[in-house]
Amino acid sequence: MATTETTPGAPENPGAVAPVIEPPRKRTARTPRSTRTNFELFAWLFMRLSGIVLVILVLGHLLIQLYLDGGITKVSFAFVAGRWSNPWWQVWDLVMLWLAMLHGANGLRTVINDYAERAATRAWLKALLYAATVFTVLLGTLVIFTFDPNIS
Amino acid sequence: MSTATEDKHSAALDAAESGATQHVTFRLRIRRFNPEQAAEPVWVDYELSMDPKEKLLDALHKVKWEIDGTLTFRRSCAHGICGSDAMRINGKNRLACKTLIKDVLGKPKNGVYKPITVEPIKGLTVLKDLVVDMDPFFQAFRDVMPFLVAKGNEPTRERKQSIEDRARFDDTTKCILCAACTSSCPVFWNDGQYFGPAAIVNAHRFIFDSRDDAGEQRLEILNEKDGVWRCRTTFNCTDACPRGIQVTQAIQEVKRALITRRI
Repeated sequence: MATTETTPGAPENPGAVAPVIEPPRKRTARTPRSTRTNFELFAWLFMRLSGIVLVILVLGHLLIQLYLDGGITKVSFAFVAGRWSNPWWQVWDLVMLWLAMLHGANGLRTVINDYAERAATRAWLKALLYAATVFTVLLGTLVIFTFDPNIS
Repeated sequence: MSTATEDKHSAALDAAESGATQHVTFRLRIRRFNPEQAAEPVWVDYELSMDPKEKLLDALHKVKWEIDGTLTFRRSCAHGICGSDAMRINGKNRLACKTLIKDVLGKPKNGVYKPITVEPIKGLTVLKDLVVDMDPFFQAFRDVMPFLVAKGNEPTRERKQSIEDRARFDDTTKCILCAACTSSCPVFWNDGQYFGPAAIVNAHRFIFDSRDDAGEQRLEILNEKDGVWRCRTTFNCTDACPRGIQVTQAIQEVKRALITRRI
């Protein structure tokens, strides 16, 4: 019976290109215990609950902005100014901004945790993510509350 | 008189009674790795002629016993109970002793079968050929305290339990710790810090046991950063389990228990 050697990465066999995955950090008896908080539990729950609320907020937003009363053609400075003079729409946009940003940021946090392999890469990506999130949320909140319709 | 029954003989029964086996020729493509010889693993093909109704483990035995004695793999009972021969067969985690050759052979093209690929399970360091370092896997298992913790006076005879209470965790008692689930989990592949489906299944087995008193402690352990919340419900574990345990469901039940008991 003949044995034939194939080179690793032979194109005819898709399995051949699968890399050997060496776990960079092994779980051992000395693996330090992470601090036990309910953070991951609340983050998981927040994703589900904010998702449900966002479906209503975002679909309502899209309906108003893009479809009703002439759709996108009606959106102008005056239209935005008119809407933000009403506390209802201020609160709507504020809640939508915060939920969407935190929902998206938390989703990206889990993606980074799942895909970044080196601890340093992970830390840098997360620092960038948190900075961008805080900046966008603060700027958006500031604009909603300090919007001046008489600006020239 | 006997002709009537003979007419009913199927071709398969004829073949079985004649004692003849229908051998097929196929290639077994094994990912070989020997750190003393080469830094990189290589795929090696072995041509075999066997009865496709035999197990894949028999094919590995044929290679080891008749072609190349250096082929290294774990196996013990060879009947799907000890859980030592989990491996990636045609890209899926299975037990070699519970997989029939005919089920992974596929259909021949121009009379030639595609080779059956055999690799070690992923996410654990390969030591040699199909043998991986199982220590991180068993460390996660130990971390969830997979043993009965009962307070109070010890009963003189057995600890009694109703049929309903026993049925609550019946599914997760079937685990044989073969690591097919944990090594099929993409979250575990990344850094090996996630507890993994097998450890959670074995925690589930005691968390929902009415005789056990350490359920809270186990939930606390699985509530941490690398606990159940890293599960992305990809169902790879459920698909991989050779015992048919509803692994993802067990993980979700632990999540639900955490939410209902913490909030």
